[in-house]
Amino acid sequence: MTPVLQVNNLQVSYYTDAGRARALDGVTLALAAGEKLGLVGESGSGKSTMALAMMRMIKPPGRIEGGQVIVAGTDLITISDEAMLQARLSKIAYIPQGAMNSLNPVIRIGAQMMDAIKAHQDQSTSDWISTAEMEKRCKQALESVDLKSNVFKMYAHELSGGMKQRVCIAISILLRPKVIIADEPTSALDVVTQRQVMETIDRVQKQIGAAVILIGHDMGLMAQFVDKVAVMYAGRLMELSNVRDMFTDPKHPYAQALIRSLPNLENKGVFNGIPGMAPALLQLPGGCSFHPRCPHVMDICRTQRPEPTALPGGRIVECYLYPTKA
Amino acid sequence: MTTISLAQPAIIQPSRLTLFLRYLRRNKSLAVGLFILLLLVIFTVYGLATVDLNHAYPISVKSKQPPSWEFPLGTDFFGRDLYVAMVVGLKETAIIGLLAGALGTFIGVVLGFISAYFGGWLDMGIKGICQILTPIPALLMQVIIAGSLDKRDVTIYTMAFVVVLLAWMGPTLVIRAQVLTMKERQFVSVAKLSGMGDLGIIFSEILPNLLPFVAAAFVNQVFYSVFASFYLAVLGLGPLREPLLGNTIWAAQAQSAFFNNWWWWPLAPAIALVLILGSLALINMGMDELANPRIRKTE
Amino acid sequence: MAELLEFRNVSKIYSRGLLSRVSTTALDNISLRLDAENPTIMTVAGESGSGKTTLAMLLLGFIAPTSGQILYKGKDIHTLRGEDQMKFRREVQAVFQDPFAVFNPFYTVDHLLSVPIERFKLAKSKSEAKDKMVEALTAVGLRPGDVLGRFPHQLSGGQRQRINVARALMLRPKLLVADEPVSMVDASLRANILETLRGLQKNYGVSIIYITHDLTTAYHVTNSIVVLYRGSVMEAGDVDTVIKSPQHPYTKLLIDSIPWPDINKRWGETEIKAREMELTEQGTGCRFYSRCPFAMDKCKQDPPLFQINRYQAASCYLYEQHSVIAPEKLSDLLPA
Repeated sequence: MTPVLQVNNLQVSYYTDAGRARALDGVTLALAAGEKLGLVGESGSGKSTMALAMMRMIKPPGRIEGGQVIVAGTDLITISDEAMLQARLSKIAYIPQGAMNSLNPVIRIGAQMMDAIKAHQDQSTSDWISTAEMEKRCKQALESVDLKSNVFKMYAHELSGGMKQRVCIAISILLRPKVIIADEPTSALDVVTQRQVMETIDRVQKQIGAAVILIGHDMGLMAQFVDKVAVMYAGRLMELSNVRDMFTDPKHPYAQALIRSLPNLENKGVFNGIPGMAPALLQLPGGCSFHPRCPHVMDICRTQRPEPTALPGGRIVECYLYPTKA
Repeated sequence: MTTISLAQPAIIQPSRLTLFLRYLRRNKSLAVGLFILLLLVIFTVYGLATVDLNHAYPISVKSKQPPSWEFPLGTDFFGRDLYVAMVVGLKETAIIGLLAGALGTFIGVVLGFISAYFGGWLDMGIKGICQILTPIPALLMQVIIAGSLDKRDVTIYTMAFVVVLLAWMGPTLVIRAQVLTMKERQFVSVAKLSGMGDLGIIFSEILPNLLPFVAAAFVNQVFYSVFASFYLAVLGLGPLREPLLGNTIWAAQAQSAFFNNWWWWPLAPAIALVLILGSLALINMGMDELANPRIRKTE
Repeated sequence: MAELLEFRNVSKIYSRGLLSRVSTTALDNISLRLDAENPTIMTVAGESGSGKTTLAMLLLGFIAPTSGQILYKGKDIHTLRGEDQMKFRREVQAVFQDPFAVFNPFYTVDHLLSVPIERFKLAKSKSEAKDKMVEALTAVGLRPGDVLGRFPHQLSGGQRQRINVARALMLRPKLLVADEPVSMVDASLRANILETLRGLQKNYGVSIIYITHDLTTAYHVTNSIVVLYRGSVMEAGDVDTVIKSPQHPYTKLLIDSIPWPDINKRWGETEIKAREMELTEQGTGCRFYSRCPFAMDKCKQDPPLFQINRYQAASCYLYEQHSVIAPEKLSDLLPA
């Protein structure tokens, strides 16, 4: 089955006064319709850059330097700016972190949702729908995220954090996109609201059959929500596995260290940090970028970057511990 | 607790001058403004050092002469060498601008700080006064005040004073707003936890962070003061003997310079003024970026 | 027993408006006792709006209670002056959530450490001060050469937070208020910081009040827990007991909603009833009433704390068969 999202060798760099920072250094992944992928990584790993790059929202001094982002057959990197404007929200949607700040405070929620639909209206005349119909769709979207339709007439400040985030989810599904990118959608919310929001994303995603990429650093959320997990480090994809395998049998040493450092109810008082620090993107270590902190480091790791190796079960690892069969 | 020794290359901090020049490359408005200002300063300083300043005053040289080798900018009806008049005029404009600018900014900083940091009645009082005075048409008041002064009392210093009178409210409110946000910042709480008292917090924690705003407010004030002094002078309210740029234009207009074909007379001050105000405006716009990080294009 | 810090029936009510005063009770009649001999390490858990931040601000003396008293070594903290006040400042410290906000962007990170040394006269010379800073930085796993002399924006979030903890270490306070110290820090670094905090209590006798909404870290780091909801105590006691067998419906909801990083522990089936928290103030009665699946009529009366076992109590009428424990005795429920 052809994947609904195919990212090939995506490269993004930021050109700063101090030099070139490779935020994304050749990331490849694929997602089928209805699948949920979790993109985890610490700060500086490139996961937010990934989201922005897929939406083609990278601003100078950042630049997309190469690669493809193919959504339902169209490569978003190569299409024109107008075509990209249309593609945003209708093909690929984005739920941002800190929804408190992405809703316009002086316009009613309903008006913002209608704006989103109206902006995509002239796509083709056969898609034209009346204002009444648009309003109905907006209210339906609000209901599918468990908000009363009277929210349509409210202002953003009248809603709580969780409600605002759910409005953002509603906006993202208005045009039934194929791919939804949720960038740390719950980081500012408390645990109970977080659960509500995640359950909402789960439900609407099933309703419209979209693929979801959940970006975050909370492995616990991943365990609860996604089908596959991709671990990023210093702009590279270290491991991509399905969620069960990732938690029970991670292959990449970094993924292993991450899983080991997670607190659980069995080992009270035992703290397993990962020694060392993530490298500065301006000065990546040669070879595999994790080698300075890797307990299994070998000579070749220091000099040559490993190629992605496919393992059984649709897993991909970038590590010399699992060499490709010659 | 193990630390892996990563060979961290020493971060070589580029020198301040390099950073500044690099910044100028990005902030073109600031760069151009500073450049023009630099030219004007060089012109004035060179002029002050080389010519006889008395020629800026009436009946010094042959009058009504068009530009020539002897009088590069010509002379006016009263017998001033316009080149020298420009030099002295620029110097005096600078004095007014800097004096009024500094005074206005200083008042703004002091009142703004007191108002924001101590709050309560003090804040309400200062803020109230500012808000009441702001809508008063400054031009009108300045004209009335300047117009009612005895002609002999009008000097560049009284002009500066008249200008500041209704200009200090702006910086006060701006600084107040900034201090209000700053005092809620967490590094202020941490400073309190570290045993710092109120005065320490104001001077070591908050003030240094306000420097970009103070600088921006200062440039703004200087711009405004130069402009205000100019229009007061054009209306004939300035110290008439001094070769202020505005005065020169007023005199030129009063003597119907264009009708008499003395075209060079108002031209020089006009160009000078455009350059001054232009450079100050550009610098002002450039400083805007300093005070408002959000419109910064790069780090 | 020397009382280090005592909260006596402290309440904090915020009111707004000139004509029709709208009041919000941030904290309702909280009493706590921390004694100097047995340094505690306790969690104050709650969501936003629970009052935990207000509690931190009261502890640090940044705001004053509307009623009740906060005593430090027997004296009301808002009446302290001069040397006593300096002592209080020195002995009560905090580690805040945002690693960046605590640094003054104008200065290098050294400023954060050098200011308290100077103000509290912790060193007699510049070199002694430098030694102290180096010692503290090394103790948290940083290399002093890498961080001293740098500006905050040149360091990573993890490094910055470690410097904050180093500051706390260096000051050796008697009480440390840690307000969400690891929530903005990467997962791999959390373990390190939490370990340091635990070490502070064990090795240096510092009482730690760990404020968070993340119960997984609370479980690992602390010994006792107080669960707040909209200003009132819902449940309190030994942390193992409360987290492994929560009694109060709110605590149960919290524990259920924790995203465990364990695929065998999916989110519970506890339906989240009454989805929206009422944004308006509700009157007297149990604060959790509008969201509680077990709400009864009698819950319109504020339930007292019922002591379920030696180190656990819940403020819920489901447990009314147990004996009531007065709010002043809250600290008796918390093991050291």
